[in-house]
Amino acid sequence: MPDTPALAVENLVKDYPGGRAVAGISFALPAGTITGLLGGNGAGKTTTIAMIMGLVSPTSGTIRILGHSMPRERYRILHRMNFESPYVEMPHRLTIRQNLDVFARLYGVSDIAGRIAQLAEELDLREILDRPAGKLSAGQKTRVSLAKALINDPEVLLLDEPTASLDPDTADWIRGRLERLRETHGVTMLIASHNMAEVERLCERVIMMKKGTIVDDGSPEALIARYGRSNMEEVFLDVARGRGVAERLS
Amino acid sequence: MTLRSSPPAIRGFHPGFSWMRVFAMVRRYWFLLRSSWPRVLDLIYWPTVQMCMWGLLQTYLGSQGGVLARTGQTFIGAVMLWDTLFRGQLGFSISFLEEMYSRNLSNLLISPLRPMEFVTSLTIMSVIRLAVGMVPVTILAIVFFGFNLWGLGLALAAFFVNLMLTAWAVGIFVSGLLLRHGLGAENTAWSIMFIFLPLTCVYYPVATLPAWLQGVAWCLPPTYVFEGMRALLLDQVFRADLMIEAFAINLIAFCAAIWAFLAFLESSRKAGSLLSGGE
Repeated sequence: MPDTPALAVENLVKDYPGGRAVAGISFALPAGTITGLLGGNGAGKTTTIAMIMGLVSPTSGTIRILGHSMPRERYRILHRMNFESPYVEMPHRLTIRQNLDVFARLYGVSDIAGRIAQLAEELDLREILDRPAGKLSAGQKTRVSLAKALINDPEVLLLDEPTASLDPDTADWIRGRLERLRETHGVTMLIASHNMAEVERLCERVIMMKKGTIVDDGSPEALIARYGRSNMEEVFLDVARGRGVAERLS
Repeated sequence: MTLRSSPPAIRGFHPGFSWMRVFAMVRRYWFLLRSSWPRVLDLIYWPTVQMCMWGLLQTYLGSQGGVLARTGQTFIGAVMLWDTLFRGQLGFSISFLEEMYSRNLSNLLISPLRPMEFVTSLTIMSVIRLAVGMVPVTILAIVFFGFNLWGLGLALAAFFVNLMLTAWAVGIFVSGLLLRHGLGAENTAWSIMFIFLPLTCVYYPVATLPAWLQGVAWCLPPTYVFEGMRALLLDQVFRADLMIEAFAINLIAFCAAIWAFLAFLESSRKAGSLLSGGE
């Protein structure tokens, strides 16, 4: 399946009683690419990611992941994808090893001890493997959360603000790991983030959302050039404050 | 870049109902339970207090003679069967609540864990929690009051199966409510079973209720169990008819609870309430 996108979304809509959260968005992500999903609070990023994971049902539209329809064929694809977010936690009283062991069994990992050891090595978790999840620093929690997200060696990885509340050094370390993951495993990643430096470094493509719609889409370099700005932070502010390309250039 | 045929780490993945995933969840709840001795103690504490209180009352009434003594003969058995029902439901619901307290529900719902595997693991865990709490209490009842619940034999098995089916049906329904309404529905998990205490006639015969309420009582499977227990302890008669009727109602209630749980889950996905992680 050389031309099948790893993830394709078409005319996706989500209505809540309070209004429309996602208003007919479409995009397709080729396998092995990293794409950033940007937008201010309430832009619809989290709802979009939740629909892709099957946590929220779309009102209309289609989602295809690795050639299968979500949510209709959810159990044919959930074991091939995963999600990381600092806002989703694991039982605090279980050790890291116990938590990873349970998720490895849920995902059907064949060599559980070997996989945990491998992830502990790659994500520098060896010394904290037998520590309860509730007794970790923010940086350690993020690394553990990433280990959980990688336990099944996913083909599609969704990340919601993966470096939120981390110090610059730890955040840089995490970004380095994500870059390596793409290079060595060809993982397709969709990253919702508010960190523009992160997006510029990691993503070859950025989808900008506002009020549930896609307002722009392109590589960071192309967007920066299109808006006549010097970095993505300025582009983000232009989009968030409603200053379009035409207005900027006039 | 092309799609991989299958990720190398997950060759053990099973697409249908998987006991491996069920036992992964049981393992998780077992880790949680044994990581906190106050929680283990809590499982034993209240059933022991209840059994002692009702046992002493039964001893006192027994010493008075007459009708009171006859009535009192069933108190220890009643309280232990009641705790089986109550703790069975609580054991189910607490395991579910643990996921909400630790904000871990999203991790599970995006994993390959199927709803029926989740429910099965919770039912197994409720039996484990019940065993941890009740087995020591039944032994204490033999030591202090000479009441041997295990001596009821096959009748105990019939009582147990019916009470656990009711406990699971209520637990599954409450878990669906928690999924849909988050921790706002938490109090329901702790208190819903208490409506069964007066209506299922744990400590008195159904005939005690007003006629109109007796109809309601006979719609609830535990009523049949407690009537059956009184028939066994007071008249030494095992009422198989009552057990079969209770089992039939339980099957309907259990299927209805599964249907409600799946409907609540779907409704939560539509409403987006799973995103808030149970807040």
